[in-house]
Amino acid sequence: MSDLEPFRIETRAWLEENCPAEMRKPMRSEDDACWGGRNAKFSCEAQKVWMDRMGAKGWTAPEWPSEYGGGGLSHEQAKILKEEMSAIKARSPLMSFGIWMLGPALLKYGTEEQKKHYLPQITRGEIRWCQGYSEPGAGSDLASLQTRCDDKGDHFEITGQKVWTSYADRADWIFCLVRTDREASKHLGISFILFDMESEGVSTKPITLISGRSPFCETFFDQVKVPKENLVGTLNKGWDIAKYLLTHERAMIGDAGDGGVGGRSIGQIAVDSLGSDAQGKLADSALRADLARAEIDGWSFMLTMERMKDEAKAGQGIGARSSMLKYYGTELNKRRYELLMASKGHAALEWEGEASRDGELPRMWLRTKANSIEGGTSEVQLNIISKRILGLPAS
Amino acid sequence: MALVLNEEEQMLRDAAKGFLSEKAPVGALRKLRDDDDPLGWSRDLWSQMADMGWAGILVPEEYGGIDYGMVGAGLIAQEMGRNLTASPFISTALMAVTALREGSVEQKEKWLPGIAEGKTIIAMAVDEGVKHDPAKTALSAVAHGNGYRLNGEKSYIIDGFDADALIVAARTSGEAGDEAGISLFIVEKDAVGMSSSRTKLLDARNYAHSEFTDVDVAGDALIGTLDDGFALLERVLNVGRVGLAAEMLGASEQSFDMTMDYIKERKQFGTRVGAFQGLQHRAAHLYSEIELVKSAVLKALQMFADAPEMSGAGAALAKAKAGEVAILAANEAVQMHGGIGMTDEYDIGFYMKRVRAAQELLGDYAFQANRLAVLRGF
Repeated sequence: MSDLEPFRIETRAWLEENCPAEMRKPMRSEDDACWGGRNAKFSCEAQKVWMDRMGAKGWTAPEWPSEYGGGGLSHEQAKILKEEMSAIKARSPLMSFGIWMLGPALLKYGTEEQKKHYLPQITRGEIRWCQGYSEPGAGSDLASLQTRCDDKGDHFEITGQKVWTSYADRADWIFCLVRTDREASKHLGISFILFDMESEGVSTKPITLISGRSPFCETFFDQVKVPKENLVGTLNKGWDIAKYLLTHERAMIGDAGDGGVGGRSIGQIAVDSLGSDAQGKLADSALRADLARAEIDGWSFMLTMERMKDEAKAGQGIGARSSMLKYYGTELNKRRYELLMASKGHAALEWEGEASRDGELPRMWLRTKANSIEGGTSEVQLNIISKRILGLPAS
Repeated sequence: MALVLNEEEQMLRDAAKGFLSEKAPVGALRKLRDDDDPLGWSRDLWSQMADMGWAGILVPEEYGGIDYGMVGAGLIAQEMGRNLTASPFISTALMAVTALREGSVEQKEKWLPGIAEGKTIIAMAVDEGVKHDPAKTALSAVAHGNGYRLNGEKSYIIDGFDADALIVAARTSGEAGDEAGISLFIVEKDAVGMSSSRTKLLDARNYAHSEFTDVDVAGDALIGTLDDGFALLERVLNVGRVGLAAEMLGASEQSFDMTMDYIKERKQFGTRVGAFQGLQHRAAHLYSEIELVKSAVLKALQMFADAPEMSGAGAALAKAKAGEVAILAANEAVQMHGGIGMTDEYDIGFYMKRVRAAQELLGDYAFQANRLAVLRGF
């Protein structure tokens, strides 16, 4: 018995006792995802119970130190927790930009007070965060952002506009990149700051996407007063934090999609939909070849994610290779959804009605088109690989 | 198991890198080709590799080997791919040894020590048609006296020319296309009725075509079980497939490195061509693809010991992905080199030719993709 076996047994027993039955069923739609926050909407009581219990144990952020509300688990223990959760098909207790993005930045750049104040609220799902990065004139060229943040003596004052702010209309607080020095070169005058979305002067406007959904907003700041202690890291050094976070975001977007939907391979989904010949092979042989290619690339990519994690654990940082994961993972996800659409034929086009759950598949398919744009376009990732990994000359 | 090399494996890889780049670089293959070497590989070099334990890398210690396993074998194959080293490593040290490990004690005693010493070469004779398809084995073996009588032909036998023996996939019952009814026999070089000739392929390596006319072998030439040899044959082929995948990974890495070096230096329109985004994005894409191959190959190598029940799927994955990317890498290498990439004087063409052969051998992309789809239930 390995040293970790007692932990596994304990974890299994705890999950068995504490994970409500409803939270062991696959999510039916985006509404089943739990985001927490001051104005949290729970689709059922079990969702709240599950978030609260996991939050109290710090297992919403298993590897964060326990003094900041995390689980204090080692990487190996966190892996076991993940395995045991997936064994009972437990849903994620909390979706959170606070856990995925702000937390890692605060752990690295935050003051002790900031960590003690913000991190436990994040792990317990009390505060829902959004990210204020892109602006109308600063997309791929993020560092040219113009939202101004002026020093008014005892406070900062922020005026400007952000765009593509995920769920800004539902978030409680924002972590934001702002320009604090307009004279410096573009990378050197940026700061990273936190503030309450209920502050006077903040307004949001959802953007309706081609999927018909509105996960993103335009966000406006009109002379928003922000306390000085809300600055994270050094004034004018926010770009370092932004780069650090983008690395996290890229690895996360690349990680999306597990090769299938609900644990079935896309090839099997196609067989369910289109039927097979006497040997069990998909009847449409041209589609079958495309599916096999996607399976090969999907499996190889999944192994690459695994290898990068193992290498990181063995001390070799991922570094700019996160751009490779982001590029390949998002392009692959787009291919997968193209194949899912083909596999479901005309039924994949249904936009409304119970059978299609109001067009869940086509809306997801459309959503994947943003994968290779958000968090740095595929072309930006290829530029980063060329420059930072391959050392190709600048043009 | 973690998808990283341990210290011992890294040492083995570094040793292989050092030895092969010094003793068996592309120039050595070029010389074998230009000299029209009858064997297509160097016995002296193979003997040195045997001294380092490579010929016996899968041979049990009691038969003179080091029994190191497939991960180490793959690292050597990868370095051979970087240097395009010609040797009977995959045919004999990997495939034939895998077959013989399932043989009788007498067969092991007779053959394995010689292989480990680098003196004995044994090749797998499987294919008969223009595409790899082991179930289609038609060469017949029928009971005759105390043994079997073989009739038929085998082609594109990897390192089969001048080999000391062939391990022949033969049909002992059923019909071509059936997986059941295939048996493996070891047939020695001087067997009466067997004639072999060398087939020259574009990669200048050793391949044989062998004809069997009433070739009689004794009963103890059978390896494994009569009529039930397909599972063993598949295991042998999977070892070969992953060996070739590792070789193609090394070839992809090397041709990619050569290409990056070239486009960083070559100037046109007053600038280094590597500064053009048109080339940069293709290079970055190819880099990403090679990263995927590394993961697939390492996992497939680990599976032989860690998850043998998955090794068929792993081999299909690795061979398919490595073959696809090796072809892409070779094509991009020639294109990005421009005119000089088309010249025989420049080495890049050797990579293009070798990976074209390697991706076809033991099943090309479509073959492996089909296998994987069947295993995945579609």
